[in-house]
Amino acid sequence: MQEAREHTLKAFDEDLDRLRALISEMGGLAEHAIGEAMRCLSQRDTEGAERVVRDDKKLDVLEIETERRVVQLIALRAPMAGDLRDVVAALKISGVVERIGDYAKNIAKRVPLLENVAKIEPLSLLSEMAKIATEMVHNVLDAFVERDAAAAVRVCERDQAVDDFYDSIFRALLTHMMENPHNIGQSAHLLFVAKNLERVGDHATNIAEMVYYAATGAHMADRPGKSPR
Amino acid sequence: MNDALAAPALRIEPLQSGGPDKPAKIEIRDLDFYYGKGHALKNVNLTVPSNNVTAIIGPSGCGKSTLLRTINRIFELYPNQNATGEIIIDGRNVLDRRYSLSDLRRLVGMVFQKPTPFPSSIRANVAFALSYYERLSRSDVDERIEAALRQAALWDEVKDILNHSALSLSGGQQQRLCIARTIAVRPEILLLDEPTSALDPISTAKVEELIHELKEQFTIVIVTHNMQQAARISQRTAFFHLGELIEFGKTSEIFTNPHEQRTRDYITGRYG
Repeated sequence: MQEAREHTLKAFDEDLDRLRALISEMGGLAEHAIGEAMRCLSQRDTEGAERVVRDDKKLDVLEIETERRVVQLIALRAPMAGDLRDVVAALKISGVVERIGDYAKNIAKRVPLLENVAKIEPLSLLSEMAKIATEMVHNVLDAFVERDAAAAVRVCERDQAVDDFYDSIFRALLTHMMENPHNIGQSAHLLFVAKNLERVGDHATNIAEMVYYAATGAHMADRPGKSPR
Repeated sequence: MNDALAAPALRIEPLQSGGPDKPAKIEIRDLDFYYGKGHALKNVNLTVPSNNVTAIIGPSGCGKSTLLRTINRIFELYPNQNATGEIIIDGRNVLDRRYSLSDLRRLVGMVFQKPTPFPSSIRANVAFALSYYERLSRSDVDERIEAALRQAALWDEVKDILNHSALSLSGGQQQRLCIARTIAVRPEILLLDEPTSALDPISTAKVEELIHELKEQFTIVIVTHNMQQAARISQRTAFFHLGELIEFGKTSEIFTNPHEQRTRDYITGRYG
């Protein structure tokens, strides 16, 4: 799928490369934010959680920078075909990655509220779930940079695992709450954490669809050999 | 489920930027063209739909202009230039020597890169071809001149100076005058060979708007180096490379999702 050849105008390639680098940087920050938020949650690291909340501003700034560059690139370079699809995808992806950052921030904000809770049972499950969700984000942004449609499809296929984790955690927390009403507060917070992670998986799936279209010009739902859900 | 919550039926009109398929006007079959021994067009097969703008794009020397020169047989004016194959217009092969050149020129009008007004008055420029092809009364000629100039979106600018020299007009006006001169004899096909490459952006926009209007009445084939222009004004685009037709399709498709690697490389600016 890769457009192997360089543009006659080298500056055009540089612009596109910078745009891809910007998206990678945003992805790296979002991944790190989720990882950190989950670490802070399990280690009750309130200070670290505050840092995650503060750092989310960087993603907002990068999203604005992406938008500025995309508008400039369309105006000055008039990209066509695969280039145009890439540029439009970059604009959309930056918005989604910013949203993923918001979920990390939301998780981090719950850390001080859970500080005094002695033991949180489904936390190990949550960590596993977070690991898959962040890997999806990582892999889908790699797929974007590499214009790799097959990798994008693989990311979509992992979303089911995240959804399954969410269902298990939901049931576990529900049991927890029924067993002892004192658990309801913390369990509700953890349920939101699980929901946030589930949304991260959904957003990675959305990005995968954008990557697939950018790379192939066709929509993932129409791809040949697609197995019905 | 509650009916109020049921998803509304979603109806999306299909994107029709390429427009519906129109019947064929020009059918080019197995066309080869030679400049002496140089093989300039290689087995070209292309169906140009009627009442559409078909853009021909490709790098220099790919055969774009040669294709136009073949459709109206201008090449016959030069020695050692040969075309084989067929160009069928309205059921007849115009490459056949028995097809009268005079008939062909009347059927197929052409406008060139540089405006080529005759060094005479604006009126005489348009009247020239009319009096060549048709016997018309003075008032009929005046009527046809006005109609052609109106169609070429030039009337309001020149109606009071019809006896002025055509050379006193601006480049953009001269080009629209050439278009008026061409359509005055009511051809069915217009061949435009980079008609705006010598014009400023405003004149270019006027000519593009004119092309957009004229397609209702004419079948238009335009050669352009300006890909944005091809994207703006055409419904179908053909990409040529080294004398071969590489890809032909709806303009919207060619510019967003071309299928051939060479087309991709060219339109995205990767052509070496």
